[in-house]
Amino acid sequence: MNNYQKWVAFDTILRRELRRFMRIWPQTLLPPVITIVLYFVIFGQLIGERIGTMSGLPYIQFVAPGLIMMSVITNSYSNVVSSFFGSKFQRNIEELLVSPTPNWIILLGYVAGGMCRGLGVGAIVTLLSLYFADFSIHSLPITIAIVFMTSLMFSLAGLINAIFAANFDDISIIPTFVLTPLTYLGGVFYSIDLLSEFWRNLSMINPVLYMVNAFRYGIAGITDINIFWSFGMVGLFSLVLFFSALRLLENGSRLRN
Amino acid sequence: MTQLNDKKQPALSIKNLTKVYDNSFQALKGIDLDVAQGDFFALLGPNGAGKSTTIGIICSLVRKTSGSVTIFGHDIDEDFSTAKQYVGVVPQEFNFNQFEKPIDILVAQAGYFGIVASVALERAEKYLKQLGLWERRNDLSRNLSGGMKRRLMIARALIHEPKLLVLDEPTAGVDIELRRSMWEFLQEINKQGTTIILTTHYLEEAESLCRNIAIIDHGTIVKNTSIKALLKQLNRETFIFDTREELTDCPVIADYPTILVDGHSIEVEVLKTQSINEVFVALSEQKIDVISMRNKSNRLEELFFDMVEKNLSAKNEVQGDE
Repeated sequence: MNNYQKWVAFDTILRRELRRFMRIWPQTLLPPVITIVLYFVIFGQLIGERIGTMSGLPYIQFVAPGLIMMSVITNSYSNVVSSFFGSKFQRNIEELLVSPTPNWIILLGYVAGGMCRGLGVGAIVTLLSLYFADFSIHSLPITIAIVFMTSLMFSLAGLINAIFAANFDDISIIPTFVLTPLTYLGGVFYSIDLLSEFWRNLSMINPVLYMVNAFRYGIAGITDINIFWSFGMVGLFSLVLFFSALRLLENGSRLRN
Repeated sequence: MTQLNDKKQPALSIKNLTKVYDNSFQALKGIDLDVAQGDFFALLGPNGAGKSTTIGIICSLVRKTSGSVTIFGHDIDEDFSTAKQYVGVVPQEFNFNQFEKPIDILVAQAGYFGIVASVALERAEKYLKQLGLWERRNDLSRNLSGGMKRRLMIARALIHEPKLLVLDEPTAGVDIELRRSMWEFLQEINKQGTTIILTTHYLEEAESLCRNIAIIDHGTIVKNTSIKALLKQLNRETFIFDTREELTDCPVIADYPTILVDGHSIEVEVLKTQSINEVFVALSEQKIDVISMRNKSNRLEELFFDMVEKNLSAKNEVQGDE
């Protein structure tokens, strides 16, 4: 395959992914939007008004970046895990496996599809959040960079989950028992300064904490942790996940045989 | 695009191919197979013989344990990209997204081979029309009938215009009329130069379509020859004669073992050195009117069972010796 043919293959996978989640938009786009609106109403307005400020910000302004990031994380992850596992389950992944499309193009195609949904939902949630909270962007480059890297990282994680998954339970276990706790304990709703030293130190191994804080810094200019650490950790996690996913595809683990 | 190699180059060459699955089951025990360019080749074998594993390895869906596979001279390990461009595969089970439209499935498959959408659309129209699916191109593929789904998989396998088409039981569960139209279609694309490898359980299909044949059993090739040469090995055939009158006793025909099947039919075994005319004469002398005659089973079927059974007996003997 020459480079142009590889581009055509990538474009085909990406378009197929876009078509898939647009076709089932009541399942893919609508629920996260409704969920986030409820978060804004309950945590931001009803409870938030009684909480007052968090790290010097009105609670709704503190929580908004975290909620946007939460929607990016869950949608990037769930798009890739459900699409790739669905292809495995229906065996139409074989259409790609018999083709000359290189594994890294397959990987990029699915990850790009996950990022499109994650970022698309993130954009919709951002627009909705403007209705509930007033905020300006502190640093646009940092905001965009961290949201892209986060979406990339969780799309890669979703792909790895899908490759390993043997049944539908396997694609819900990780989101339920790993992703949700990490997100809820990742500083979306509170500052880690509120925690005791033990729990604060424990929180530092949670990658979501770095993403939420970097994103909050990009929007509101406040963070619990060093911004360079945040980018370093997200970059490192993404690299590890990228090469792990590529290796799994190259080995044909749970795909070929 | 890749260039076609030397005509003498086999379309497919398999050398000492083995496959041991993770559960230690040895599906292939070192098979060698060459399929010439332009051939219409049958790969036959009972269930679990290793046919689908062989096909899976050819089209990269199964990882081989050892051995080599080259397609038009391109090794599937060393030059997988070129080798894959040459192969189109129609698997045994439906493996397309049931929630997509046939036209989208074909255009996407072409895209995976680096073919741009404008060219893919032209080809999709051509193959969907040839296979009688054009009117259903925008339906969800799960709403297609079983025969239509099989034809959709053939169209999908052809969308990148491969030189080697591998079909794993393409007519399983397809009614006889549709099966015959699929045979005609496959014969036509074979005439146009596409090499075809076919696995099937319908031995009359292999006999009427294919020129060469390999019989695989327990992971080894037990026969690899032309259909003509194989049929020459058949030294006896069993015929069924339907009679006008009801028979109460089995007629006796000297040198021809005969069995009364029911009141209106008898089964007669005829050696290649004998003549069916003698059977007719004997029956006529006994005032038995024959109204029709047919082979008890397909000729290839008889040979097939013979070979598979011999292979099984040989294996049992070896195990017994051990």
